[in-house]
Amino acid sequence: MAELNQDSGGGKKGGKVRSKKNGGRVDLTAMVDLAFLLITFFMLTTSLNKPQAMDVNMPDKNKDINEKNPEIDIADNRSVVLLLGSDNKIAWYYGQLGNPITPPTVVDYGKEGIRKIILEKKAQVPQVAGGKDVIVVIRPSDRSVQRNLVDILDEMKITEVSRFMISKINADEVEVLKEKGIYNE
Amino acid sequence: MGKAKVKRASTTIDMTAMCDVSFLLLTFFVLTATARQPETLMVDTPASTTLDKLPDDNLAIITVGDNGKVFFTIKNPNVKERTLKNMSAKYSVPFSEEDYKKFRNQEDFGVPFKQLRALLSLEQDKRTVDVQPGIPVDSTEELSNELYHWVQQARLATVEFNRDREAENKNFTNPGALTIAIKADAEEKYAVMNLIIETLRNQKQNKFSFVTGLRQEN
Repeated sequence: MAELNQDSGGGKKGGKVRSKKNGGRVDLTAMVDLAFLLITFFMLTTSLNKPQAMDVNMPDKNKDINEKNPEIDIADNRSVVLLLGSDNKIAWYYGQLGNPITPPTVVDYGKEGIRKIILEKKAQVPQVAGGKDVIVVIRPSDRSVQRNLVDILDEMKITEVSRFMISKINADEVEVLKEKGIYNE
Repeated sequence: MGKAKVKRASTTIDMTAMCDVSFLLLTFFVLTATARQPETLMVDTPASTTLDKLPDDNLAIITVGDNGKVFFTIKNPNVKERTLKNMSAKYSVPFSEEDYKKFRNQEDFGVPFKQLRALLSLEQDKRTVDVQPGIPVDSTEELSNELYHWVQQARLATVEFNRDREAENKNFTNPGALTIAIKADAEEKYAVMNLIIETLRNQKQNKFSFVTGLRQEN
């Protein structure tokens, strides 16, 4: 494709050899192709290498041990507690652990698992709790992994649950996980 | 009657202008693209549907991976240097000018503070994950919890740095407090994560971000 018109050097027919003036026209198509390819590459890499950030807000920590009740009291019929266990499973219960409205049940993550339950509770709770919305308490156990925590926080965003908190799991709840067989190494 | 012959126009277009423009753009993108130094500790972050991007500047990242190793980095090299100065005073470990210079260019690191000088004395390509055991973290606020002090000093250094910049330049807008991001491996156990979160909460850094990849489907 590149045509670089050059004087063939012919026409030596007497007199001066006149070099023919013509602009050295180079076919730039290939060069433009390459330049645009590189532009595309740099454009995509500059904007795509920025990772996503999921903002998390934790409640203020109460360092005062004399403070009697560090846990905030929540009405039983508003709280759904999710216990994150091992093997990508969740045990959830509704109400208080000692006297649950719905006893602990094991579910999976994702659309078919926990999301259905959260959406169901989100619709149900305002009816039984006088218009107040559901509070989801997330309690990751030591055997759960970071992926589980991010997944569940993402689920909160997808289901648009505005009240949720991450709190510490207690020994009784660990027992529940053990009982359900989702507290494996 | 002869046929009217349509004169074939040449199909070659002058590409010079297009070439000029495209190379101008190319130069722009090459120059604005920041040369990213490869991170020492590579982690596979979990995915989420969050679309918020991590800020470029005014950011400190705590990386957790490789079975609970904790690494730390501060994006702004000036803040990074100032943090090391503060830490050096706190732990009474002296550093030379050359060490500070090397530290500015060091991406993420994960050694106990006493070993940091030894790490910086190594060649850049020898500072691999294998020689770095991770920054010590525990549930206290003592000197043994080095991550606590790194984060605290980084936050203080950011405030000092922004204040100085504000004093010398009237047009400088303060970007505010340091953003803390936690970049953890998807398979990292929550026990380690809990220690880090509690370390942040102990210094009332209740707001932080998890670094995640992008997931399209729900």
